[in-house]
Amino acid sequence: MAPVMTDTSSEQVTSGPVWRKRTTKQELALWLGWLALAAFFIFCWQIMTKTTIWAFVYDAPRQALDIGSRMVPPRWEYLPNLLEPLWDTIAIATLGTLLALFMAVPVAFLAARNTTPSTRFIRPVALLIIVSSRSINSLIWALLLVAIIGPGVMAGIVAIAFRSIGFVAKLLYEAIEEIDATQVEAVSATGASKAQIMDYAVVPQILPAFAGITVFRWDINIRESTVLGLVGAGGLGLRLQESLNVLAWPQVTIIFILILITVLVSEWVSAKVRHAII
Amino acid sequence: MTTATAPAFPTTWSRPPFIKRAWLRWTLYLGALLYMILAVGSVEVNWMRVWEGLDRGLRFIQGFLLPDFTSRWEDILIGMEESLTMAVTSTVAGVAISVPIGIGAARNIAPLPVYAICRAIIALSRSFQEIIIAILFVAMFGFGPFAGFLTLSFATIGFLAKLLAEDIEDIDESQAEAVRATGAGWWQIVTYAIQPQVMPRLIGLSLYRLDINFRESAVIGIVGAGGVGATLNTAMDRYEYDSAAAILILIILIVMAAEYSSGYVRKWLQ
Repeated sequence: MAPVMTDTSSEQVTSGPVWRKRTTKQELALWLGWLALAAFFIFCWQIMTKTTIWAFVYDAPRQALDIGSRMVPPRWEYLPNLLEPLWDTIAIATLGTLLALFMAVPVAFLAARNTTPSTRFIRPVALLIIVSSRSINSLIWALLLVAIIGPGVMAGIVAIAFRSIGFVAKLLYEAIEEIDATQVEAVSATGASKAQIMDYAVVPQILPAFAGITVFRWDINIRESTVLGLVGAGGLGLRLQESLNVLAWPQVTIIFILILITVLVSEWVSAKVRHAII
Repeated sequence: MTTATAPAFPTTWSRPPFIKRAWLRWTLYLGALLYMILAVGSVEVNWMRVWEGLDRGLRFIQGFLLPDFTSRWEDILIGMEESLTMAVTSTVAGVAISVPIGIGAARNIAPLPVYAICRAIIALSRSFQEIIIAILFVAMFGFGPFAGFLTLSFATIGFLAKLLAEDIEDIDESQAEAVRATGAGWWQIVTYAIQPQVMPRLIGLSLYRLDINFRESAVIGIVGAGGVGATLNTAMDRYEYDSAAAILILIILIVMAAEYSSGYVRKWLQ
Protein backbone atom coordinates (compact mmCIF):
# COMPACT_ATOMS: atom_id res chain seq x y z
CA MET A 1 0.00 0.00 0.00
CA ALA A 2 1.31 3.39 -0.91
CA PRO A 3 1.32 5.82 1.94
CA VAL A 4 -1.57 8.25 1.77
CA MET A 5 -0.41 11.76 1.12
CA THR A 6 -1.49 14.40 3.52
CA ASP A 7 -3.35 17.39 2.18
CA THR A 8 -0.61 19.86 3.03
CA SER A 9 2.10 18.13 1.05
CA SER A 10 -0.04 17.71 -2.04
CA GLU A 11 -0.92 21.39 -1.85
CA GLN A 12 2.76 22.21 -1.70
CA VAL A 13 3.45 20.20 -4.80
CA THR A 14 0.64 21.67 -6.87
CA SER A 15 0.95 25.27 -5.83
CA GLY A 16 4.66 25.83 -6.48
CA PRO A 17 6.21 25.94 -9.96
CA VAL A 18 6.74 22.46 -11.32
CA TRP A 19 10.31 21.57 -12.32
CA ARG A 20 10.73 20.87 -16.00
CA LYS A 21 13.73 19.69 -17.92
CA ARG A 22 13.47 22.38 -20.60
CA THR A 23 12.00 25.82 -20.99
CA THR A 24 8.91 26.25 -23.16
CA LYS A 25 11.01 27.75 -25.92
CA GLN A 26 13.48 24.87 -25.88
CA GLU A 27 10.63 22.39 -25.95
CA LEU A 28 9.09 24.13 -28.95
CA ALA A 29 12.40 24.20 -30.78
CA LEU A 30 12.89 20.52 -30.05
CA TRP A 31 9.47 19.63 -31.41
CA LEU A 32 10.06 21.71 -34.50
CA GLY A 33 13.36 19.91 -35.01
CA TRP A 34 11.71 16.52 -34.78
CA LEU A 35 8.94 17.67 -37.11
CA ALA A 36 11.48 18.86 -39.67
CA LEU A 37 13.34 15.55 -39.42
CA ALA A 38 10.13 13.57 -39.91
CA ALA A 39 9.13 15.71 -42.88
CA PHE A 40 12.58 15.33 -44.41
CA PHE A 41 12.44 11.58 -43.88
CA ILE A 42 9.08 11.31 -45.62
CA PHE A 43 10.33 13.51 -48.45
CA CYS A 44 13.38 11.30 -48.97
CA TRP A 45 11.26 8.19 -48.64
CA GLN A 46 8.96 9.39 -51.41
CA ILE A 47 11.86 9.97 -53.77
CA MET A 48 13.53 6.71 -52.87
CA THR A 49 10.47 4.55 -53.39
CA LYS A 50 9.46 6.19 -56.67
CA THR A 51 10.59 3.20 -58.68
CA THR A 52 9.89 0.50 -56.10
CA ILE A 53 7.65 -2.29 -57.30
CA TRP A 54 5.56 -2.96 -54.22
CA ALA A 55 4.34 -6.32 -55.49
CA PHE A 56 7.89 -7.62 -55.08
CA VAL A 57 8.11 -6.18 -51.59
CA TYR A 58 4.84 -7.81 -50.48
CA ASP A 59 6.05 -11.01 -52.05
CA ALA A 60 9.31 -10.89 -50.07
CA PRO A 61 8.37 -13.19 -47.17
CA ARG A 62 7.46 -15.94 -49.62
CA GLN A 63 10.69 -15.33 -51.53
CA ALA A 64 12.67 -15.42 -48.32
CA LEU A 65 11.12 -18.73 -47.35
CA ASP A 66 11.82 -20.07 -50.83
CA ILE A 67 15.48 -19.04 -50.76
CA GLY A 68 15.79 -20.27 -47.19
CA SER A 69 14.48 -23.69 -48.16
CA ARG A 70 16.90 -23.82 -51.09
CA MET A 71 19.85 -22.87 -48.89
CA VAL A 72 19.54 -25.91 -46.62
CA PRO A 73 21.05 -28.41 -46.47
CA PRO A 74 24.44 -26.84 -47.26
CA ARG A 75 26.52 -28.71 -49.81
CA TRP A 76 29.47 -29.75 -47.67
CA GLU A 77 31.23 -31.50 -50.57
CA TYR A 78 31.88 -28.04 -51.99
CA LEU A 79 34.12 -27.09 -49.06
CA PRO A 80 37.45 -28.42 -50.51
CA ASN A 81 36.95 -26.17 -53.56
CA LEU A 82 36.96 -23.20 -51.22
CA LEU A 83 40.31 -23.72 -49.55
CA GLU A 84 42.33 -22.12 -52.31
CA PRO A 85 40.07 -19.05 -52.54
CA LEU A 86 40.27 -18.80 -48.75
CA TRP A 87 44.08 -18.71 -48.94
CA ASP A 88 43.79 -16.07 -51.67
CA THR A 89 41.41 -14.01 -49.56
CA ILE A 90 43.80 -14.00 -46.62
CA ALA A 91 46.72 -13.21 -48.95
CA ILE A 92 44.80 -10.29 -50.46
CA ALA A 93 44.09 -8.86 -47.02
CA THR A 94 47.61 -9.38 -45.64
CA LEU A 95 49.63 -8.29 -48.65
CA GLY A 96 47.18 -5.44 -49.29
CA THR A 97 47.64 -4.21 -45.73
CA LEU A 98 51.44 -4.40 -46.06
CA LEU A 99 51.43 -2.56 -49.37
CA ALA A 100 49.18 0.08 -47.82
CA LEU A 101 51.59 0.57 -44.92
CA PHE A 102 54.47 1.40 -47.26
CA MET A 103 52.39 4.15 -48.85
CA ALA A 104 50.49 5.29 -45.78
CA VAL A 105 53.45 5.96 -43.49
CA PRO A 106 55.01 8.71 -45.64
CA VAL A 107 51.56 10.21 -46.25
CA ALA A 108 50.89 10.25 -42.51
CA PHE A 109 54.17 12.03 -41.76
CA LEU A 110 53.42 14.56 -44.47
CA ALA A 111 49.92 15.12 -43.11
CA ALA A 112 50.80 15.52 -39.43
CA ARG A 113 51.17 19.17 -38.43
CA ASN A 114 54.32 18.60 -36.41
CA THR A 115 56.25 16.58 -39.00
CA THR A 116 55.08 17.95 -42.33
CA PRO A 117 57.66 19.93 -44.30
CA SER A 118 55.07 22.51 -45.32
CA THR A 119 51.62 23.08 -43.86
CA ARG A 120 50.70 25.31 -46.76
CA PHE A 121 51.36 23.07 -49.74
CA ILE A 122 52.20 19.51 -48.81
CA ARG A 123 49.74 18.97 -45.96
CA PRO A 124 46.60 19.68 -48.08
CA VAL A 125 47.87 17.28 -50.73
CA ALA A 126 48.40 14.55 -48.15
CA LEU A 127 44.94 15.22 -46.70
CA LEU A 128 43.41 15.02 -50.17
CA ILE A 129 45.06 11.64 -50.71
CA ILE A 130 43.65 10.47 -47.39
CA VAL A 131 40.11 11.67 -48.13
CA SER A 132 40.06 10.27 -51.66
CA SER A 133 41.31 6.90 -50.51
CA ARG A 134 38.83 6.78 -47.65
CA SER A 135 35.76 7.83 -49.57
CA ILE A 136 36.09 5.17 -52.25
CA ASN A 137 35.15 1.72 -51.05
CA SER A 138 37.52 -1.15 -51.73
CA LEU A 139 34.93 -2.77 -53.99
CA ILE A 140 34.94 0.30 -56.22
CA TRP A 141 38.72 0.35 -56.19
CA ALA A 142 38.57 -3.31 -57.20
CA LEU A 143 36.11 -2.50 -59.97
CA LEU A 144 38.56 0.05 -61.38
CA LEU A 145 41.63 -2.11 -60.93
CA VAL A 146 40.06 -5.20 -62.47
CA ALA A 147 39.44 -3.10 -65.56
CA ILE A 148 42.99 -1.77 -65.53
CA ILE A 149 45.26 -4.65 -64.47
CA GLY A 150 42.91 -7.51 -65.17
CA PRO A 151 40.96 -9.85 -62.91
CA GLY A 152 42.77 -11.79 -60.22
CA VAL A 153 44.37 -11.60 -56.82
CA MET A 154 46.69 -8.73 -57.82
CA ALA A 155 43.77 -6.36 -58.44
CA GLY A 156 42.39 -7.31 -55.04
CA ILE A 157 45.68 -6.60 -53.28
CA VAL A 158 46.04 -3.18 -54.88
CA ALA A 159 42.36 -2.35 -54.21
CA ILE A 160 42.72 -3.23 -50.54
CA ALA A 161 45.96 -1.26 -50.37
CA PHE A 162 44.44 1.86 -51.94
CA ARG A 163 41.46 1.77 -49.63
CA SER A 164 43.65 1.22 -46.57
CA ILE A 165 46.04 4.11 -47.21
CA GLY A 166 43.52 6.70 -46.10
CA PHE A 167 42.41 4.78 -43.04
CA VAL A 168 45.92 3.99 -41.79
CA ALA A 169 47.34 7.40 -42.67
CA LYS A 170 44.47 9.24 -40.96
CA LEU A 171 44.76 7.36 -37.68
CA LEU A 172 48.54 7.47 -37.83
CA TYR A 173 48.82 11.20 -38.43
CA GLU A 174 46.44 11.82 -35.55
CA ALA A 175 48.73 9.68 -33.40
CA ILE A 176 51.77 11.63 -34.61
CA GLU A 177 50.10 14.92 -33.77
CA GLU A 178 49.39 13.70 -30.26
CA ILE A 179 52.96 12.72 -29.37
CA ASP A 180 54.67 14.09 -26.30
CA ALA A 181 56.75 17.07 -27.46
CA THR A 182 59.01 16.98 -24.42
CA GLN A 183 60.53 13.69 -25.54
CA VAL A 184 61.32 15.19 -28.93
CA GLU A 185 62.89 18.14 -27.18
CA ALA A 186 64.95 15.87 -24.93
CA VAL A 187 66.36 13.93 -27.86
CA SER A 188 67.05 17.05 -29.89
CA ALA A 189 68.84 18.54 -26.86
CA THR A 190 71.42 15.75 -27.14
CA GLY A 191 72.37 17.15 -30.54
CA ALA A 192 70.48 14.55 -32.55
CA SER A 193 69.93 15.12 -36.24
CA LYS A 194 66.47 15.34 -37.81
CA ALA A 195 66.57 11.67 -38.76
CA GLN A 196 67.73 10.67 -35.30
CA ILE A 197 64.94 12.68 -33.68
CA MET A 198 62.49 10.84 -35.90
CA ASP A 199 64.07 7.50 -35.05
CA TYR A 200 64.45 7.90 -31.30
CA ALA A 201 61.75 10.38 -30.26
CA VAL A 202 58.85 10.18 -32.70
CA VAL A 203 58.79 6.60 -33.94
CA PRO A 204 58.92 4.87 -30.51
CA GLN A 205 55.96 6.96 -29.37
CA ILE A 206 53.74 6.03 -32.29
CA LEU A 207 54.86 2.42 -32.67
CA PRO A 208 52.16 0.90 -30.42
CA ALA A 209 49.47 2.96 -32.16
CA PHE A 210 50.91 1.97 -35.50
CA ALA A 211 50.83 -1.73 -34.67
CA GLY A 212 47.29 -1.42 -33.32
CA ILE A 213 46.08 0.40 -36.42
CA THR A 214 47.73 -2.16 -38.68
CA VAL A 215 46.09 -5.12 -37.01
CA PHE A 216 42.75 -3.31 -36.88
CA ARG A 217 42.91 -2.55 -40.59
CA TRP A 218 44.01 -6.10 -41.37
CA ASP A 219 40.88 -7.34 -39.62
CA ILE A 220 38.70 -5.00 -41.70
CA ASN A 221 40.57 -6.01 -44.84
CA ILE A 222 39.86 -9.69 -44.23
CA ARG A 223 36.17 -8.76 -44.11
CA GLU A 224 36.38 -6.74 -47.29
CA SER A 225 38.53 -9.18 -49.23
CA THR A 226 35.94 -11.92 -48.78
CA VAL A 227 33.63 -10.08 -51.17
CA LEU A 228 36.11 -8.48 -53.58
CA GLY A 229 35.72 -11.48 -55.87
CA LEU A 230 32.20 -10.29 -56.71
CA VAL A 231 33.78 -7.87 -59.18
CA GLY A 232 36.48 -10.33 -60.25
CA ALA A 233 39.31 -9.55 -57.86
CA GLY A 234 39.92 -13.07 -56.56
CA GLY A 235 39.23 -14.84 -53.28
CA LEU A 236 36.06 -16.29 -51.83
CA GLY A 237 33.86 -13.71 -53.54
CA LEU A 238 34.73 -15.25 -56.90
CA ARG A 239 33.18 -18.55 -55.86
CA LEU A 240 30.24 -16.65 -54.36
CA GLN A 241 29.62 -14.91 -57.66
CA GLU A 242 29.86 -18.20 -59.57
CA SER A 243 27.44 -19.91 -57.22
CA LEU A 244 24.99 -17.00 -57.30
CA ASN A 245 25.07 -16.91 -61.08
CA VAL A 246 23.91 -20.50 -61.31
CA LEU A 247 21.58 -20.08 -58.29
CA ALA A 248 23.43 -22.81 -56.42
CA TRP A 249 22.06 -21.76 -53.04
CA PRO A 250 23.44 -24.75 -51.07
CA GLN A 251 26.94 -23.67 -52.15
CA VAL A 252 26.16 -20.07 -51.21
CA THR A 253 25.32 -21.27 -47.70
CA ILE A 254 28.72 -22.95 -47.38
CA ILE A 255 30.47 -19.80 -48.58
CA PHE A 256 28.52 -17.66 -46.11
CA ILE A 257 29.43 -19.99 -43.27
CA LEU A 258 33.10 -19.91 -44.28
CA ILE A 259 33.08 -16.11 -44.56
CA LEU A 260 31.46 -15.88 -41.14
CA ILE A 261 34.08 -18.16 -39.57
CA THR A 262 36.95 -16.29 -41.27
CA VAL A 263 35.64 -12.94 -40.08
CA LEU A 264 35.12 -14.17 -36.53
CA VAL A 265 38.61 -15.70 -36.37
CA SER A 266 40.26 -12.58 -37.76
CA GLU A 267 38.33 -10.43 -35.29
CA TRP A 268 39.46 -12.66 -32.45
CA VAL A 269 43.09 -12.56 -33.61
CA SER A 270 43.07 -8.79 -33.97
CA ALA A 271 41.44 -8.32 -30.57
CA LYS A 272 44.08 -10.58 -28.98
CA VAL A 273 46.98 -8.83 -30.66
CA ARG A 274 45.69 -5.35 -29.87
CA HIS A 275 45.13 -6.41 -26.27
CA ALA A 276 48.73 -7.63 -26.11
CA ILE A 277 50.06 -4.36 -27.55
CA ILE A 278 48.05 -1.86 -25.57
CA MET B 1 80.57 -9.37 -21.99
CA THR B 2 82.44 -7.78 -19.14
CA THR B 3 86.16 -8.25 -18.89
CA ALA B 4 88.39 -6.94 -16.13
CA THR B 5 89.30 -3.81 -18.07
CA ALA B 6 85.80 -2.95 -19.22
CA PRO B 7 83.89 -0.40 -17.17
CA ALA B 8 81.24 -1.74 -14.84
CA PHE B 9 78.46 0.20 -16.54
CA PRO B 10 77.41 -0.33 -20.16
CA THR B 11 78.87 2.18 -22.57
CA THR B 12 76.43 1.69 -25.38
CA TRP B 13 72.69 1.69 -25.28
CA SER B 14 70.40 -0.27 -27.51
CA ARG B 15 66.70 0.21 -27.50
CA PRO B 16 64.52 -2.54 -26.07
CA PRO B 17 62.92 -4.80 -28.67
CA PHE B 18 59.24 -4.37 -29.49
CA ILE B 19 58.40 -7.89 -28.33
CA LYS B 20 60.25 -8.74 -25.15
CA ARG B 21 60.26 -12.53 -25.17
CA ALA B 22 63.04 -13.56 -27.57
CA TRP B 23 61.61 -16.93 -28.63
CA LEU B 24 58.21 -15.38 -29.37
CA ARG B 25 59.85 -12.58 -31.32
CA TRP B 26 61.87 -14.91 -33.51
CA THR B 27 58.99 -17.35 -34.02
CA LEU B 28 56.76 -14.48 -35.10
CA TYR B 29 59.39 -13.02 -37.43
CA LEU B 30 60.15 -16.41 -38.99
CA GLY B 31 56.48 -17.30 -39.31
CA ALA B 32 55.71 -13.96 -40.90
CA LEU B 33 58.59 -14.34 -43.34
CA LEU B 34 57.55 -17.86 -44.28
CA TYR B 35 53.96 -16.78 -44.78
CA MET B 36 55.05 -13.83 -46.88
CA ILE B 37 57.09 -16.04 -49.19
CA LEU B 38 54.21 -18.50 -49.59
CA ALA B 39 51.62 -15.76 -50.07
CA VAL B 40 53.64 -13.80 -52.59
CA GLY B 41 54.43 -17.07 -54.37
CA SER B 42 50.75 -17.91 -54.66
CA VAL B 43 49.86 -14.62 -56.32
CA GLU B 44 49.64 -15.21 -60.03
CA VAL B 45 50.12 -12.09 -62.06
CA ASN B 46 49.64 -12.00 -65.78
CA TRP B 47 52.18 -9.31 -66.55
CA MET B 48 51.13 -9.19 -70.21
CA ARG B 49 47.62 -8.34 -69.11
CA VAL B 50 48.92 -5.71 -66.69
CA TRP B 51 51.00 -4.19 -69.48
CA GLU B 52 48.00 -4.04 -71.78
CA GLY B 53 45.91 -2.59 -68.98
CA LEU B 54 48.31 0.25 -68.28
CA ASP B 55 46.91 1.97 -71.33
CA ARG B 56 43.45 1.82 -69.74
CA GLY B 57 44.91 3.04 -66.49
CA LEU B 58 46.28 6.03 -68.32
CA ARG B 59 42.90 6.68 -69.89
CA PHE B 60 41.35 6.48 -66.46
CA ILE B 61 43.78 9.04 -65.09
CA GLN B 62 42.95 11.23 -68.06
CA GLY B 63 39.29 10.73 -67.19
CA PHE B 64 40.04 11.98 -63.69
CA LEU B 65 41.76 15.06 -65.03
CA LEU B 66 38.98 15.72 -67.54
CA PRO B 67 35.85 14.21 -66.00
CA ASP B 68 32.78 14.06 -68.20
CA PHE B 69 29.82 15.25 -66.19
CA THR B 70 27.53 16.06 -69.10
CA SER B 71 26.94 13.02 -71.30
CA ARG B 72 25.62 10.77 -68.49
CA TRP B 73 24.35 13.59 -66.29
CA GLU B 74 20.76 12.29 -66.22
CA ASP B 75 21.86 8.84 -65.04
CA ILE B 76 24.30 10.28 -62.53
CA LEU B 77 21.59 12.54 -61.16
CA ILE B 78 19.13 9.67 -60.71
CA GLY B 79 21.83 7.54 -59.09
CA MET B 80 22.90 10.32 -56.73
CA GLU B 81 19.29 11.05 -55.82
CA GLU B 82 18.75 7.40 -54.95
CA SER B 83 22.00 7.17 -53.02
CA LEU B 84 21.35 10.29 -50.97
CA THR B 85 17.73 9.46 -50.15
CA MET B 86 18.71 5.87 -49.38
CA ALA B 87 21.42 7.10 -47.02
CA VAL B 88 19.04 9.48 -45.20
CA THR B 89 16.08 7.12 -44.86
CA SER B 90 18.21 4.15 -43.84
CA THR B 91 20.06 6.22 -41.25
CA VAL B 92 16.82 7.50 -39.73
CA ALA B 93 15.21 4.06 -39.72
CA GLY B 94 18.39 2.39 -38.53
CA VAL B 95 18.87 4.84 -35.67
CA ALA B 96 15.22 4.53 -34.66
CA ILE B 97 15.58 0.75 -34.44
CA SER B 98 19.03 0.71 -32.90
CA VAL B 99 18.17 2.98 -29.96
CA PRO B 100 15.90 0.43 -28.23
CA ILE B 101 18.28 -2.38 -29.16
CA GLY B 102 21.23 -0.40 -27.86
CA ILE B 103 19.43 0.26 -24.58
CA GLY B 104 18.58 -3.42 -24.36
CA ALA B 105 22.19 -4.39 -25.00
CA ALA B 106 23.56 -2.30 -22.14
CA ARG B 107 24.17 -4.63 -19.23
CA ASN B 108 23.69 -1.95 -16.56
CA ILE B 109 20.06 -1.17 -17.41
CA ALA B 110 18.76 -4.28 -19.16
CA PRO B 111 17.88 -7.65 -17.61
CA LEU B 112 19.91 -10.64 -18.78
CA PRO B 113 17.43 -12.22 -21.26
CA VAL B 114 16.86 -8.89 -23.03
CA TYR B 115 20.60 -8.27 -23.03
CA ALA B 116 21.31 -11.65 -24.62
CA ILE B 117 18.70 -11.14 -27.36
CA CYS B 118 19.88 -7.63 -28.22
CA ARG B 119 23.54 -8.65 -28.27
CA ALA B 120 22.63 -11.55 -30.59
CA ILE B 121 20.90 -9.14 -32.99
CA ILE B 122 23.96 -6.88 -32.96
CA ALA B 123 26.34 -9.78 -33.60
CA LEU B 124 24.18 -11.00 -36.47
CA SER B 125 24.09 -7.58 -38.08
CA ARG B 126 27.80 -6.97 -37.66
CA SER B 127 29.09 -10.28 -38.89
CA PHE B 128 28.09 -9.90 -42.53
CA GLN B 129 29.28 -7.38 -45.05
CA GLU B 130 26.71 -4.93 -46.41
CA ILE B 131 27.22 -6.35 -49.86
CA ILE B 132 26.27 -9.89 -48.80
CA ILE B 133 23.14 -8.65 -47.07
CA ALA B 134 22.38 -6.63 -50.19
CA ILE B 135 22.62 -9.76 -52.33
CA LEU B 136 20.07 -11.50 -50.13
CA PHE B 137 17.73 -8.52 -49.93
CA VAL B 138 17.88 -7.99 -53.69
CA ALA B 139 16.94 -11.62 -54.13
CA MET B 140 13.99 -11.16 -51.77
CA PHE B 141 12.74 -7.64 -52.49
CA GLY B 142 13.75 -7.22 -56.12
CA PHE B 143 16.19 -4.78 -57.65
CA GLY B 144 16.22 -1.13 -56.68
CA PRO B 145 16.81 1.25 -53.81
CA PHE B 146 14.29 -0.40 -51.48
CA ALA B 147 16.59 -3.41 -51.05
CA GLY B 148 19.44 -0.97 -50.52
CA PHE B 149 17.46 0.90 -47.88
CA LEU B 150 16.82 -2.34 -45.98
CA THR B 151 20.48 -3.37 -46.27
CA LEU B 152 21.81 -0.09 -44.94
CA SER B 153 19.23 0.04 -42.14
CA PHE B 154 20.21 -3.46 -41.10
CA ALA B 155 23.90 -2.59 -41.16
CA THR B 156 23.25 0.61 -39.20
CA ILE B 157 21.66 -1.39 -36.37
CA GLY B 158 24.79 -3.42 -35.71
CA PHE B 159 27.05 -0.41 -35.80
CA LEU B 160 25.01 2.06 -33.84
CA ALA B 161 23.41 -0.25 -31.28
CA LYS B 162 26.81 -1.67 -30.33
CA LEU B 163 28.43 1.73 -29.83
CA LEU B 164 25.37 3.09 -28.03
CA ALA B 165 25.29 0.10 -25.69
CA GLU B 166 28.98 0.55 -24.90
CA ASP B 167 28.37 4.21 -24.27
CA ILE B 168 25.49 3.50 -21.89
CA GLU B 169 27.64 0.98 -20.04
CA ASP B 170 30.33 3.65 -19.63
CA ILE B 171 28.09 6.37 -18.19
CA ASP B 172 28.70 8.08 -14.90
CA GLU B 173 26.80 5.80 -12.52
CA SER B 174 26.53 8.42 -9.79
CA GLN B 175 24.12 10.46 -11.91
CA ALA B 176 21.91 7.43 -12.45
CA GLU B 177 22.09 6.70 -8.73
CA ALA B 178 21.13 10.26 -7.86
CA VAL B 179 18.07 10.03 -10.08
CA ARG B 180 17.26 6.57 -8.73
CA ALA B 181 17.47 7.92 -5.18
CA THR B 182 14.56 10.26 -5.90
CA GLY B 183 12.42 7.18 -6.48
CA ALA B 184 12.48 7.35 -10.27
CA GLY B 185 11.26 4.41 -12.28
CA TRP B 186 13.16 2.73 -15.12
CA TRP B 187 11.80 5.10 -17.77
CA GLN B 188 12.64 8.13 -15.69
CA ILE B 189 16.19 6.90 -15.15
CA VAL B 190 16.61 6.41 -18.89
CA THR B 191 15.24 9.85 -19.77
CA TYR B 192 16.78 11.91 -16.96
CA ALA B 193 20.03 10.13 -16.14
CA ILE B 194 21.13 8.23 -19.22
CA GLN B 195 19.76 10.09 -22.22
CA PRO B 196 21.45 13.44 -21.39
CA GLN B 197 24.80 11.66 -20.97
CA VAL B 198 24.74 9.73 -24.24
CA MET B 199 22.81 12.12 -26.49
CA PRO B 200 25.76 14.16 -27.86
CA ARG B 201 27.64 11.03 -28.78
CA LEU B 202 24.54 9.42 -30.25
CA ILE B 203 24.02 12.38 -32.55
CA GLY B 204 27.68 12.35 -33.53
CA LEU B 205 27.56 8.64 -34.29
CA SER B 206 24.35 9.03 -36.30
CA LEU B 207 25.98 11.68 -38.47
CA TYR B 208 29.02 9.49 -38.91
CA ARG B 209 26.76 6.60 -39.89
CA LEU B 210 24.97 8.83 -42.41
CA ASP B 211 28.36 9.43 -43.98
CA ILE B 212 29.13 5.69 -44.01
CA ASN B 213 25.70 4.85 -45.40
CA PHE B 214 26.22 7.23 -48.29
CA ARG B 215 29.59 5.69 -49.06
CA GLU B 216 28.13 2.18 -48.83
CA SER B 217 25.17 3.15 -51.00
CA ALA B 218 27.67 3.75 -53.78
CA VAL B 219 28.79 0.14 -53.45
CA ILE B 220 25.69 -1.96 -52.99
CA GLY B 221 24.45 -0.75 -56.38
CA ILE B 222 26.98 -3.14 -57.88
CA VAL B 223 24.77 -6.07 -56.85
CA GLY B 224 21.57 -4.30 -57.90
CA ALA B 225 20.49 -2.51 -54.75
CA GLY B 226 20.07 0.91 -56.38
CA GLY B 227 22.05 4.06 -55.92
CA VAL B 228 24.95 5.59 -57.77
CA GLY B 229 26.89 2.31 -57.62
CA ALA B 230 24.72 0.91 -60.40
CA THR B 231 25.49 3.94 -62.58
CA LEU B 232 29.18 3.59 -61.80
CA ASN B 233 29.15 -0.10 -62.60
CA THR B 234 27.47 0.58 -65.94
CA ALA B 235 29.97 3.32 -66.77
CA MET B 236 32.87 0.99 -65.97
CA ASP B 237 31.37 -1.86 -68.00
CA ARG B 238 31.09 0.43 -70.99
CA TYR B 239 34.66 1.70 -70.55
CA GLU B 240 33.36 5.24 -70.10
CA TYR B 241 36.15 6.16 -67.73
CA ASP B 242 35.50 9.89 -67.90
CA SER B 243 31.91 9.40 -66.69
CA ALA B 244 33.09 6.96 -64.01
CA ALA B 245 35.66 9.52 -62.88
CA ALA B 246 32.94 12.16 -62.71
CA ILE B 247 30.88 9.90 -60.41
CA LEU B 248 33.87 9.16 -58.21
CA ILE B 249 34.73 12.85 -57.93
CA LEU B 250 31.14 13.60 -56.92
CA ILE B 251 31.27 10.87 -54.28
CA ILE B 252 34.54 12.22 -52.89
CA LEU B 253 33.16 15.77 -52.79
CA ILE B 254 29.97 14.74 -51.02
CA VAL B 255 31.88 12.65 -48.49
CA MET B 256 34.25 15.55 -47.84
CA ALA B 257 31.35 17.96 -47.38
CA ALA B 258 29.63 15.51 -45.03
CA GLU B 259 32.79 15.05 -43.01
CA TYR B 260 33.37 18.78 -42.60
CA SER B 261 29.76 19.60 -41.72
CA SER B 262 29.46 16.72 -39.26
CA GLY B 263 32.64 17.94 -37.62
CA TYR B 264 31.04 21.34 -37.14
CA VAL B 265 27.80 19.88 -35.82
CA ARG B 266 29.72 17.78 -33.32
CA LYS B 267 31.71 20.78 -32.13
CA TRP B 268 28.51 22.80 -31.79
CA LEU B 269 26.91 20.05 -29.72
CA GLN B 270 29.73 19.99 -27.17
